[in-house]
Amino acid sequence: MDTFFGQLCQQLINGISLGSIYALIALGYTMIYGIIKLINFAHGDIYMLGAYLGFFATTALGLSFFPAIIFAMVGAALAGIIIERVAYRPMRNAPRIAILITAIGVSFFLEYTMILFVSPQPRTFPSIFAATVYNMGPLVMNSQQLVILISAIILMTVLTYIVNKTKAGKAMRAVSFDADAARLMGIDIDRVISTTFALGSALAAAGGVLVGVYYNSIDPLMGMMPGLKAFVAAVLGGIGIIPGAMIGGIILGVVEALVSGFISSTFRDAAAFAILILILLYKPTGLLGKNVREKV
Amino acid sequence: MDPIRKFDLKAIIACILIYAVVQGLIAVEVIGPFWELNIVLICINIILAVSLNLINGYTGQFSIGHAGFMAVGAYTGAVITVKLGLPFALGLVVATISAGLLGFLIGLPTLRLDGDYLAIATLGLGEIIRICILNIDYVGGASGLMGIPRFTNFTVAFWLMIAIIFFIKNFKNSAPGRCCLAIRENEIAADTMGINTTKYKVMAFTLGASFAGTAGCLFSHYFFLAHPATFTFMKSFDILTMVVLGGLGSMTGSICGATLLTFISAYLSDFPEWRMVIYSVTMIVLMLRRPQGLFGSEELSRKMFRLGGRQNG
Repeated sequence: MDTFFGQLCQQLINGISLGSIYALIALGYTMIYGIIKLINFAHGDIYMLGAYLGFFATTALGLSFFPAIIFAMVGAALAGIIIERVAYRPMRNAPRIAILITAIGVSFFLEYTMILFVSPQPRTFPSIFAATVYNMGPLVMNSQQLVILISAIILMTVLTYIVNKTKAGKAMRAVSFDADAARLMGIDIDRVISTTFALGSALAAAGGVLVGVYYNSIDPLMGMMPGLKAFVAAVLGGIGIIPGAMIGGIILGVVEALVSGFISSTFRDAAAFAILILILLYKPTGLLGKNVREKV
Repeated sequence: MDPIRKFDLKAIIACILIYAVVQGLIAVEVIGPFWELNIVLICINIILAVSLNLINGYTGQFSIGHAGFMAVGAYTGAVITVKLGLPFALGLVVATISAGLLGFLIGLPTLRLDGDYLAIATLGLGEIIRICILNIDYVGGASGLMGIPRFTNFTVAFWLMIAIIFFIKNFKNSAPGRCCLAIRENEIAADTMGINTTKYKVMAFTLGASFAGTAGCLFSHYFFLAHPATFTFMKSFDILTMVVLGGLGSMTGSICGATLLTFISAYLSDFPEWRMVIYSVTMIVLMLRRPQGLFGSEELSRKMFRLGGRQNG
């Protein structure tokens, strides 16, 4: 019984650190969906791009962890703005499905251009920290998990501050609430959307660097699965709702850790999608979402 | 004769001619093994595209989990022929029915969702199907089911494709098909007019899924193996791209989209490292230039050319 409980707590620690990475990616998804109603399939690849930028910063430029993560975030934010400008902005009034296909196209483009430049082989991410292991009774937590958790909390706090307290955040909330009314109030919608993409991409890039630190390995296709799962996390928490994405990410991470710890790691991905289906069937607006009735 | 029957007769004659020409070229080896493979692949992709078009284009239910049903068909068909040693025809029938049955079971609860939610749910279900198959040791698990005999050839693939195209075309013109179109146009209005929307949505979904199963069975019996990595959501995206490229709700659009994309990826197979980059750029540019797809929701017809000509002139 004691060992069971010990393992349960251990998996919870693993799950929360993995989940905070999902949460970082999910935040970008949820903000972008909230503002232009687009499932940005390329978001997972921005996360991959961030991991590579972090890798480049630490190996080629010799930066330490903190400057490297900033470098990756800035680079990814630029990439996010460019992608939105080139691929999504011309399609503002196109049918939804066409934009979705474009997003899938952008996702493929990022993945395979990356393969072209850096080869499909996985790279070993340099270990930036001395891997200290903290023993708390029977539980083990290493320094990477601690760094992930702390960075994620800092980033989410900063994001919450930006969205709730600054003028840009206010504009973002206004556009996501009613884009036409926001435009009538003199808000430059295009700029707000660019800001949203920049913020979301920067968070995803931070997630990418943290994953690189955690798993020590990055490859050009690493973004596909986490990208989809982060979307699941966003839906779980209620899409378009920022605290929802955080909660959804953590829950998803914990469930995955529990499934791979107690059942089998091969069912890990299935568990994420099973959660998705269940939440969609029983509470399609997500955990924090309000029910909206369809009007004729 | 009734004009629709007359049209069908002409179409069937055209099909026989196309079949005779292609089969003849294969027989005299003008078309080598590489292009023969791609022609069969085109037939399979057309089946997938028109069946997805039935769900996405005609009924307006946005499904992106088609690869899952294809996987079910591929595996059940292979189990029938390889594990049980029964004939291929039976394999095809069982693959079609089992994929359809699964489509029915999945469609019943999920089709209550709409738009993006339905899309992401079907995507998830497709992945769940694949992961479940991956964990069944009886069908080879992660290494896939190998040693499937090549029963599919051009003749089988072509005529099944024609049969399915005709079935879906006639379905569209039937009473249930028109109900599906009504649901696409406005679900609430269709409901108000007394159409049992759930029934027709599930019907379209089941039919689409079962044809995806047929295509999967053809696929695994052409490429000698059924491997779980073939049926990821990438495959679903591929099929979706064919449909959207041709124009949602256009049968001829789906056929052209499937043909065009299969050709593009066959041509690009000489430059493997550039292949997906060019493919993705083509996809983005096409969507930017023509978001409604090549044909919109119109069918390719003489009338379309006449209209196009007048607009240009």
